[in-house]
Amino acid sequence: MVGVRLANISKKAGKRQILKNVTLEVTDKELFAIAGPPGAGKTTLLKIIAGLIAPDEGQVYIGDQMVNTVPPGDRDVGMVFEVPPIYPNRTGFQNIAFPLEIKKMNNDQVKERVEEVGELLQITHLLERKPATYSGGELQRVALARVLVRKPRVLLLDEPLKNLDAKIRETTRVELKRLQREFGITMIFSTHDEVEATAVGDRIGVINEGVVEQIGGPQELYSSPRSVFVARFIGSPTMNLTECALKQMGEKWVLDASDFNVDMTRRAHQIESEAMSQELLLGLRPEDIVLVDSPANSRCFEAQVELTQNFGDERVVTISVGKVSLNCLTGKERVFTYGQKVYVKLKEEKAYVFHRGTGIAVARSTN
Amino acid sequence: MPKLVVKNLRKLFGTFEAVKDVGFQVEEKETLCLLGPSGCGKTTTLRIIAGLEVPTSGQVFVDGVLVNDVPPQKRQIGLVFQDYAIFPHLSVFENIAYGLRVRKMPEAQLRTKVHDTASLIGVDNILDVPGRKLGLSEMQRVAIGRSIVLDPKLLLLDEPLSNIDAKARERMRAELGKLQKEIGIATVYVTHDQLEAMTLADRIAVMRNGLIEQIGTTSEIYDNPRTLFVGNFIGSPSMNLIDCELVYSEERAILKSGDFALDVTEFAETLRAKSKGRELVLGVRPEDVSVHVRKTDEEAMECEVQLVEPIGARSIYHLKIGRLAVLAKGYAMPEVDVGSKLWTTFNKHKLHVFDKKTEEAIV
Repeated sequence: MVGVRLANISKKAGKRQILKNVTLEVTDKELFAIAGPPGAGKTTLLKIIAGLIAPDEGQVYIGDQMVNTVPPGDRDVGMVFEVPPIYPNRTGFQNIAFPLEIKKMNNDQVKERVEEVGELLQITHLLERKPATYSGGELQRVALARVLVRKPRVLLLDEPLKNLDAKIRETTRVELKRLQREFGITMIFSTHDEVEATAVGDRIGVINEGVVEQIGGPQELYSSPRSVFVARFIGSPTMNLTECALKQMGEKWVLDASDFNVDMTRRAHQIESEAMSQELLLGLRPEDIVLVDSPANSRCFEAQVELTQNFGDERVVTISVGKVSLNCLTGKERVFTYGQKVYVKLKEEKAYVFHRGTGIAVARSTN
Repeated sequence: MPKLVVKNLRKLFGTFEAVKDVGFQVEEKETLCLLGPSGCGKTTTLRIIAGLEVPTSGQVFVDGVLVNDVPPQKRQIGLVFQDYAIFPHLSVFENIAYGLRVRKMPEAQLRTKVHDTASLIGVDNILDVPGRKLGLSEMQRVAIGRSIVLDPKLLLLDEPLSNIDAKARERMRAELGKLQKEIGIATVYVTHDQLEAMTLADRIAVMRNGLIEQIGTTSEIYDNPRTLFVGNFIGSPSMNLIDCELVYSEERAILKSGDFALDVTEFAETLRAKSKGRELVLGVRPEDVSVHVRKTDEEAMECEVQLVEPIGARSIYHLKIGRLAVLAKGYAMPEVDVGSKLWTTFNKHKLHVFDKKTEEAIV
């Protein structure tokens, strides 16, 4: 069992609180993503696990052992940095063999290990070449090989896909997932890209300004975000968020967003009574806003097309309803033009509600 | 009259031919995107249009005037760089006014001009803020404002969104799209990101090895790629490409690849006329591959799930049909996991067939 457990980790740099009371557990052989915007504290967290930075408070466990006082070299943790420090004057083989030579392993064993790792990562053609001739993706793989050759129990990757071209990133992302399965290793990687996080990670810890906002599987984070931050961070195009208030209209409870409203009667029990007096945020995923040519029922409302973006297989249409702009996801069969009048049908049962002040979810979409 | 005409452009760096024979036009109010992988010649083409590189041969016409011998600053072209290059110590007003001051415009006229531009790009409320205090999206606006205040005939944007993190990029892309509509200046936009090109451009020129492989509207490029490269480069995740051959059995035409077989009798005429038994590549986009838990269709093929990539409401499924690896993109199915046995069908109306040797599209 080689899981990683962080208990109440805090870290300050000068006056700035980089990490605040971070607690999370990564199980044995899990592929865990730490996701958050730039500056959220992701790299610091990885460095604390690796032992390159000491936390001000809290404990780091690797397996069953508390490793706070164990030096990085003895933690059996490999870390691949965002910009991998590869020696330009050494061949791929020499670069990968380097950590083994430091350990004074004999030449035959080194050769065997390097070739084994080289084959797994499909970089045998790079072993005799020098780094200057590598592409971005190849350089990443050589850096990864140099860490894997030590057979670490836990592998940490800091933004492993960041510096790659969009197209290469897509295939490398899959490779990363395959590799982790093949090596059967506990792997933790950081990313600022939510698509990468959910596509690759078994579970994802969403981190914002040093605080873990939510930990969960991809589907859970998407359909049940616990805060506005997670709701906004996970999902592309981003969830629409607009200010609203809960009001009683005759028999019905509605979320009033001034220019339109959402019927909450059937879900009123979800919203705590105190929400009545609070300012709320209404969250609508782009795929839950349907555009129609004519008002199908009395709940439909009118809107104007502001912008359309062609995604190839689908289209994102930005519409304005009074002062509110909403992004909607539609099929590519329908073409919309700038300024066109459309009608909007909301999947009201899928609406999310958050407290405006605290950002905490008060009602989640029903699926 | 087109705002920009580029004819037979060629550029050699030593013996390396960065741009081989590039030609295109950009109409009034149109946004054309030069799209391709790094090293395809897109940035060199842009730099030649701007006058920052001298072409080995070929012509550049701006608003009908040949500008080959006109220096960059006199070409009436606005150039917005990757890093925006905002002066940190100057206010938004002075950043926008900079080009006008260089041109010694009288103060009163300059003020009107800067204010008009600022309100067009939505920065009229932050005119006194120094450059160093601007957020990304404001910097983008100011950088564009600084170019359009000079009334350029053409705007050139060089990978303006490439240094920005994913979430902010989504927002800035939409903002840039709206801004373009409001400004309405003919624009050439360079990027390696196909999604950026799809969402921002009216037309896309896909470049490879110094040549334009295909030029067309975003829908044309996506739905009817003329070459294997274009089919593969546009779309995320990439189109499935399956090496296969056309065989006939019991009056049915079949695309065969090992154990995999797809009945294409409906297209047999076209295929036969254009292919003549050559090696073929079948292309099918992941969203045109559907997966079902039960066998719903006569032609459904059995497959096994190798990997699942959940992406919001959708998932990408890595499937194995026999020994063939295929990607499918569809609604997330929580019950599906690695090892699940499913049934898959290809949307026959969305198939692409390419000739393996020439890489050109047949169907």
